[in-house]
Amino acid sequence: MTTRTRIPVGLGREPARSPELEARRTGDAGIVHSWELVTAVDGPGTRMTLFLSGCPLRCQYCQNPDTWHMRDGTHTTLDTIVERVARYRSVFAATGGGLTISGGEPLMQPTFVERIFAACRAMGVHTALDTSGNLGARASDALLDDTDLVLLDVKSGLAETYWQVTTRELAPTVAFGDRLSARGNRIWVRFVLVPGLTDGFDNVEAVAEIVSRWPTVERVEVLPFHQMGSSKWERLGVPYTLADTRPPDDALVERVRGQFRSRGLTVW
Amino acid sequence: MTISEIPIDALPADTLAADTALDAWRGFPRGPWTERIDLRDFIQRTFTPYAGDAAFLRGATPRTTAVWNRVSALFPAERERGVLDVDASTPSTITSHAPGYIDEANEIIVGLQTDAPLKRAIMPFGGWRLVANALETYGYEVPADLEKIFTTYRKTHNDGVFDVYPPAVKRARHSHLITGLPDAYGRGRIIGDYRRVALYGVDRLIEAKREERARLDELTSSEHVIRDREENAEQIRALRELIAMAASYGFDVSRPAANAREAVQWLYFAYLGAVKEQNGAAMSFGRNTAFLDAYIERDVAEGFLDETEAQELIDDLVIKLRIVRFLRTPEYDALFSGDPTWVTETIGGIGEDGRPLVTRTAFRFLQTLYNLGPAPEPNLTVLWSDALPEGFKTFCARVSIDTSAIQYESDALIRDSWGDDAAIACCVSPMRVGKQMQFFGARVNIAKALLYAVNGGRDELTGELVVPGREPLAGDVLDYDTVWPAYLELLEWLAGVYIDALNCIHVMHDKYAYERLEMALHDGEVLRTMACGIAGLSVVVDSLSALRYARVTAVRDDRGLVVDYAVEGDFPTFGNDDDRADDIAVEVVERFMAMLRTHPTYRDAVHTQSVLTITSNVVYGKTTGNTPDGRRAGAPFAPGANPMNGRDTHGMLTSALSVAKLPYESAQDGISLTTTVVPTGLGHTPEERAHNLVGLLDAYTGAGGYHLNVNVLTRETLEDAMAHPENYPQLTIRVSGYAVNFVRLTPEQQRDVISRTFHGSV
Repeated sequence: MTTRTRIPVGLGREPARSPELEARRTGDAGIVHSWELVTAVDGPGTRMTLFLSGCPLRCQYCQNPDTWHMRDGTHTTLDTIVERVARYRSVFAATGGGLTISGGEPLMQPTFVERIFAACRAMGVHTALDTSGNLGARASDALLDDTDLVLLDVKSGLAETYWQVTTRELAPTVAFGDRLSARGNRIWVRFVLVPGLTDGFDNVEAVAEIVSRWPTVERVEVLPFHQMGSSKWERLGVPYTLADTRPPDDALVERVRGQFRSRGLTVW
Repeated sequence: MTISEIPIDALPADTLAADTALDAWRGFPRGPWTERIDLRDFIQRTFTPYAGDAAFLRGATPRTTAVWNRVSALFPAERERGVLDVDASTPSTITSHAPGYIDEANEIIVGLQTDAPLKRAIMPFGGWRLVANALETYGYEVPADLEKIFTTYRKTHNDGVFDVYPPAVKRARHSHLITGLPDAYGRGRIIGDYRRVALYGVDRLIEAKREERARLDELTSSEHVIRDREENAEQIRALRELIAMAASYGFDVSRPAANAREAVQWLYFAYLGAVKEQNGAAMSFGRNTAFLDAYIERDVAEGFLDETEAQELIDDLVIKLRIVRFLRTPEYDALFSGDPTWVTETIGGIGEDGRPLVTRTAFRFLQTLYNLGPAPEPNLTVLWSDALPEGFKTFCARVSIDTSAIQYESDALIRDSWGDDAAIACCVSPMRVGKQMQFFGARVNIAKALLYAVNGGRDELTGELVVPGREPLAGDVLDYDTVWPAYLELLEWLAGVYIDALNCIHVMHDKYAYERLEMALHDGEVLRTMACGIAGLSVVVDSLSALRYARVTAVRDDRGLVVDYAVEGDFPTFGNDDDRADDIAVEVVERFMAMLRTHPTYRDAVHTQSVLTITSNVVYGKTTGNTPDGRRAGAPFAPGANPMNGRDTHGMLTSALSVAKLPYESAQDGISLTTTVVPTGLGHTPEERAHNLVGLLDAYTGAGGYHLNVNVLTRETLEDAMAHPENYPQLTIRVSGYAVNFVRLTPEQQRDVISRTFHGSV
C-alpha cells in the first residue's frame, strides 16, 4: 500500500538483533510507536495510551498511518513501559483512568500486551485494549482475563464496505466480538463515521445489528471523521483518498446515532 | 497620662466603638478576635462550611443587569480610545475626588475611584514621566503646575531609584537581562486586609495602630525605628482619610459593619481607598468569601436577607471590582496586556483543622461569571485540594469549562507554607493576609543569561559588554561541561545585581510611594518577601538539554559573537515527563534560588522566586537572540513555567507533570502553568467534562503542581474573535497568572496565544 521505497535491512546486522527478537518473542519487549496521557478519548478517566507499531489494516481514514509498520517503531522493554505505568498510578486513581493499549493494532504483539496487562493487573491499574478485532484470535484467554475494557472498532457492517475501508475481512472482528461477549468482557464499540464511505444507511444498520447481539456492549461511540491525520499521510508520501472528504454534519451524525439508539444501545 | 493628655478626638469615638461593636458583633462567637485584630480567628469561629452543590444559586436580578449594562455600555468606547476619560489635574488620594456613581438610585454597593465610572486618575508618586507620557498618549494636556510640582518640588519613586542605581544594574536593565522592574510604576502585590475595616471599624484599627506606635516610642530612635514611626503616622493618617472618603458617600466606617450589606460596603471602601491611593501593578483583593459569608448567614438567619439579595450584594461588589482602572502607557500594556489590575480574590481551600473553607459565598463569587458574563477581573483564584467538597469541585470545573475565567493554585503547598488565611496577590504570589507583603521584583531573563555565558558577557544582539570580566567560550562545538559552569558563573553575577536593583527600588518605593492605607491594614510587624522571578525557563532547559544530549555547534558572526547554534541529533525536551530534561529544570530553579539567598535584602526580606511571565513572554522573546534549543531570535518564550510550544508531545497532563516537578521550596512566589484544551478533549457531555477536569486538577495538584490556568476553547473561536472582535466583547482567556479580554490583546499576543499548543486531547 505504501509508495515509499523499502529500505532493505542488511543481513549482516541480523545476529546483533537476535537478543531483541528473542525479547519480543517472550514479551520482554515490543515495538512502540509512542505514548501520551489523554482524557476522555480512549476509555474512562485520564489514560496513558500506548501506541504499538504494526497494523494489518490499511484504513482509508487512518489517523496514524505512521503506526502501520513495525519497522517505524522503537524497541522498548516491558520494564520501561511498566515503570511509566506505575508512575501514573496516582493520576489513574484521581481520574478513574488507566492504561489503554492502542496502535497500530496491539494484537500484532499479543504476548507483549499480555505481559503489560498482567503487570497492570498486579498493580491494580485499569486496562483497555483498543483493537479492530481483526487479529482477535491471537488474544489468549489470559490476556482477555486481564483486560478490563475492550474498545472494539467495528469499522463497517457490510463485508464489502469493510473490505473497501480496511482491505481486510469483517468476519474476524465479528467472531472476536462474539467471543468477548460470551466471556463477559466489557466492550465499548467505536464506529468512525466517514461521509461517502461508512455512512450508508444499510452499512450502519449492519453495524448496529452486529453490535446489538453482544450483551456486554456498554456504549457505542460514533466518532465523526476529521482531517487531523491528513498531514501524516502527506508526510509519509502515501496517497490519501479522503483529502476532499468533509467531516459529517450534525444531521448525519444524529441520524447514525439514532440508528444505534433505536436498538436500545447507549450512544455517545 | 492625665485626662488632658488624651487626644480629644479619641474619647467619644472609643466609647462609641465599644457599644456599636456589641451590636455589630451580635451572634458571632467570641474569641481572641474580640480582644485583638485577628481575622483568621474570627473566620475560624464563625464561618459555615457548605458541602452542597450549586442548585441554591440565583441568577441576576433585573436591577443587577441594568446596572451592569449601564457601565458595560461604556466599554466599547474605552476599548476604542484606550481610556474613556482621565482627570488630568487631580493627583489621586483617598479623598481627592467627589463621590461617583454608575446609577446612584440602583446601586447597592457604592464608590468609584473618581467622580465618574471608568474615569482614570493620575497617581504621580510612582513617577511623573509615566503620568506625563500617558496623558500625552491619550491626548490630554499635561498640567503645567503639576509638572512643576513633581519635577521641581516633589521627588518621585522613579527619581529616587535612578539616583541610586549602580552602573551594573543600569546595564542589565538596559540590555533586557533584568526586565519589568517596578522602578517607574507602583510595585503592587500588597494586599491590605480590607476585612478589618468591616469587622472592627476604622476607629478600632486606629487604636491598634496607636498601640503599635506606643511600643515604637519606647525604642531608641534609630534609623529603622524612625522609619517605622513615620510609616505608622502615615498609616493612621490614611485611616482617617478612609473615614472621610466613606463619609462623602454617606457612610460611617469608623464603626464596625452591622450587617451583610455594610460588611460588603465597608470591605469595598477599604479596597477603594487603596486603589485611589496606589496604582500598583497588582491590586489584589484578598480572601473574603468565608468572611462575608458569616455576615450573610447571620442576616439570612435574622430574616433580613434572602438568596436573591445575597447574590445581588456580591454581583454589585463584583461590578465595582471589574471597573477598577489605572492610567498606564501603551508600552506598559504591551508588557502586561489587556489593562490588568489583578483584583485577585482567593476562594476555597482547606483549613488547618481540615474543614474546607468553602461557603455559599464562595459559590456566589463564581456565580458572578454567569450573572454578569465572563470577565478577567476580579481574578478569581481557587485554592484547589482533592479534599474540597465534591459539589464545589464540580461547580468550579463547570465554570471553568463555560467561562475559562478561573485559575487554580495548590491549597496544600500554600497552606503548608503560609497557613489557611493566605491569599494570592497578582497571579501566583501567596501571602498571609494582613501579616505579610512582598517586594515585587519582576524577573530576569535567564535565557538571555545563557547566551551571555557563551559570549563572555556580551549581548548577542548588540555586542555590548554587559557583564565584564569574563571570556567568551572558545571552540566550534559547545559542550555541556563547558557551558554549564560558565552559565552558573553568569547567574551568580546576575543574582547579585538583581538583588541590588530590588533593594534600590524598594527603599525608594517605601520612601516616596509608600502604600499608606494598604499597610495600615496590616499588622505593625509584617513578614516581607523579596519576590524575585525568572523568565525563559523552558528555553534554558531545552538549550542545556541540546548541549548535553545532541551536538551543538556555535555559529559566529564577523564580530566573533555567537549568534546562532547548529544542532545535530535529538535531545529530550521539557514537558514530556522525561527526567533527563526535567532534572535540568529543577536544577536551574534550585541553583538560582540558592544564589539569590546569598545576597542581603532590604528590611531583611525573605528571598523568594517565581516562574511566571504574565504575557511578557512575548516581549522577552523579542529581545533575545537565537538559542541552542533551536528557538529563533525574537520568537516568544513559553509563558511562565510552560514547556515550549509544540515540544510537549505526550499530552497536556504529561506536560503539567513535568512542571509539577519544579520544587516549591525554591519557587515560593509561585510557578505558573497555562494550558488550553478544546471542550471535546474533556469528554462527550457537560457532566463528563466537569468530572474529567476535576480528575485532572486532582492529579496535577496531587503530583505537586502549584498553579494551573485552564482555558477551554477552540482555536476557531479565537480566530473568529481576532477577525470579529466586536462579537466577543467578553471572551475571556487565561494567560500566565491572570485572565484577559482576548479582544484587548495586541495582535501579536493574540497570535502567540493561538499558536500555543492546543491540546485537542488532554
